Amino acid sequence: MNRELRQFGKGMAFLSPWLIGFLVFTLLPIAVSFYFSLCKFDLLQAPRFIGAHNYTDLLHDQTFWKATWNTFYYTAMALPAGLLVSLGLAMLLNVDIPGQAIWRTIIFMPSLVPIVASAMLWMWLLNPRLGLINVLLARLFALLHLHVSTPPWLADPRWAMPALALMSLWGVGNAVVIYLAGLQDVPVELYEAAELDGAGVFGRIWHVTIPMVSPVIFFNLIMAIIGALQVFDVPYIMTNGGPVHSTYFMSMYLYDNAFVYLQMGYASAIAWIMLLIVLALTGVAFWSSSRWVHYQGK
Amino acid sequence: MSTLPTESPQMLNQRQTAIVAPAITRRARRKRHPHRWVALLAIVFICCGFILPFLWMISTSLKTVSQTMTDPPQIIPHPAVPGNYWKVIISDKVDFPLYTRNTLVIAALSVLGTTLSSAVAAYGFAKIRFRGRGILFVLMLSTMMIPFPVMMLPLFMIFRFIGDHTPLQMLGTFRPLWLPTWFGSAFSIFLLRQFFLTIPDDLGEAARIDGCSEWGIFWRIMLPLSRPALAVVALFSFMWAWNNFLGPLLYLQRPEQYTLALGLQAFQSQQGGTDWNLLMAASMLVMLPVILLFFLAQKTFIRGIATTGLK
Repeated sequence: MNRELRQFGKGMAFLSPWLIGFLVFTLLPIAVSFYFSLCKFDLLQAPRFIGAHNYTDLLHDQTFWKATWNTFYYTAMALPAGLLVSLGLAMLLNVDIPGQAIWRTIIFMPSLVPIVASAMLWMWLLNPRLGLINVLLARLFALLHLHVSTPPWLADPRWAMPALALMSLWGVGNAVVIYLAGLQDVPVELYEAAELDGAGVFGRIWHVTIPMVSPVIFFNLIMAIIGALQVFDVPYIMTNGGPVHSTYFMSMYLYDNAFVYLQMGYASAIAWIMLLIVLALTGVAFWSSSRWVHYQGK
Repeated sequence: MSTLPTESPQMLNQRQTAIVAPAITRRARRKRHPHRWVALLAIVFICCGFILPFLWMISTSLKTVSQTMTDPPQIIPHPAVPGNYWKVIISDKVDFPLYTRNTLVIAALSVLGTTLSSAVAAYGFAKIRFRGRGILFVLMLSTMMIPFPVMMLPLFMIFRFIGDHTPLQMLGTFRPLWLPTWFGSAFSIFLLRQFFLTIPDDLGEAARIDGCSEWGIFWRIMLPLSRPALAVVALFSFMWAWNNFLGPLLYLQRPEQYTLALGLQAFQSQQGGTDWNLLMAASMLVMLPVILLFFLAQKTFIRGIATTGLK
């Protein structure tokens, strides 16, 4: 008993930096945020308790629905595309080809670029008239004798969101590196066995590679869900939510309510809904994982 | 939970450097793929797509304004104007040298704080057996799933409260940006814990018999053995501090406190987004240190990222 208590004390002593940080910078903010979400609070006067009023107001708030819709729309585009592209790239980069280290470095480099710098770069790349993307697209269209105009990208409500999703694909390097680590753990014998059984390239990918790296896919999926739902920097810098709210995300509506309109209670209610959405989606991912994630040796 | 603890640190190193340096895996090279030329063609094509934005950025940063407006665009600017970089550095609209200093101060304090505090906590999670450790560990991992926008408002209020009720001013200073890093970050604690688990307990036991305290074991045995993992954590926290945009946007109020990320955005909004050449030169300046760091510490980078997926 005495020994156990001593061990406990020692453990707590070592954990104390994290424990204090957890209490002050995680648990307390979440609790405070929940309390604020039940209050009317404009920073000038003390918070006044109003029950679930903020939440019911949100239900009738068109802008909130628009921001939520946009967030899901972006997630629905960027997340599956990102997962597919990063896994596909990792598989290509895992093939024994000349210059492998160089290709890996090139794919990884964009994910190093500071987010503000890459936002600047993509605003210029996506410039409707002078940007590289439309210059190249115009050439391509001319070559194919297609008489279509190039998309106006960030200047057009229909094209702004796809433009942001396209940009997100440039930064898949991180996920690619994680997949590569997973791919290198797949035993070569499995591929050989599949080949003997007559599996082609796609058969081997589907029946060997995908199941074997499914834990890594699962990890990247969870990270992608959390990442996509909290997107803020890129649209804030590149479009500031426009044109006509077409790239206005939940996180931006939260920010504006908190620090522009000074409606702290209302903003906290948005924060809580955001938290619940993240929990629900990751919960679904965890729940479904027993059907498609295979752990080696288990 | 993890595949790491069963491996020795050496094995870990070897396997993960293999991701950047294929030479090491050559020993166990699998049969040459019959379609490898198709793969090579595809990857070369895709890599062109990935590298074009960089070339466009460099090319634009060396143009005059009128050169950026030509159609078709000049790929190699003639004449090239490297003076754009100097123009950005001495610009009177934004003070990039000062922002660099600010960013470095915040980054240094964050790197020191994250690395030290995360190592201490990770040692507790990895090497000390006590009741409740498992639950606390799961709790710590689950905090990684909380989106920052959810926390930003209450954190802002907490810092405001501390500033109002203690002599320590918080808002409008660098403190809210680095102080929380001194209480460990879940990601770094997880990474270091995984590494500590690969170090055999015998070392600590031997030292304990010789009368070494638990802190002594941590400080004099564990830390020196963990340099590669500490380097990963230090590198990541530096990157995070360098790239952080939302944090400085929330807490910093006066332009002379801006970080590079914030300054770059201010530069763009101030000049109305027409001088793309200067904007690209400024973006290059913000990006270059990170790219340089990557080439200096490539293995550390890749090892760190690869480890995060091995759960």
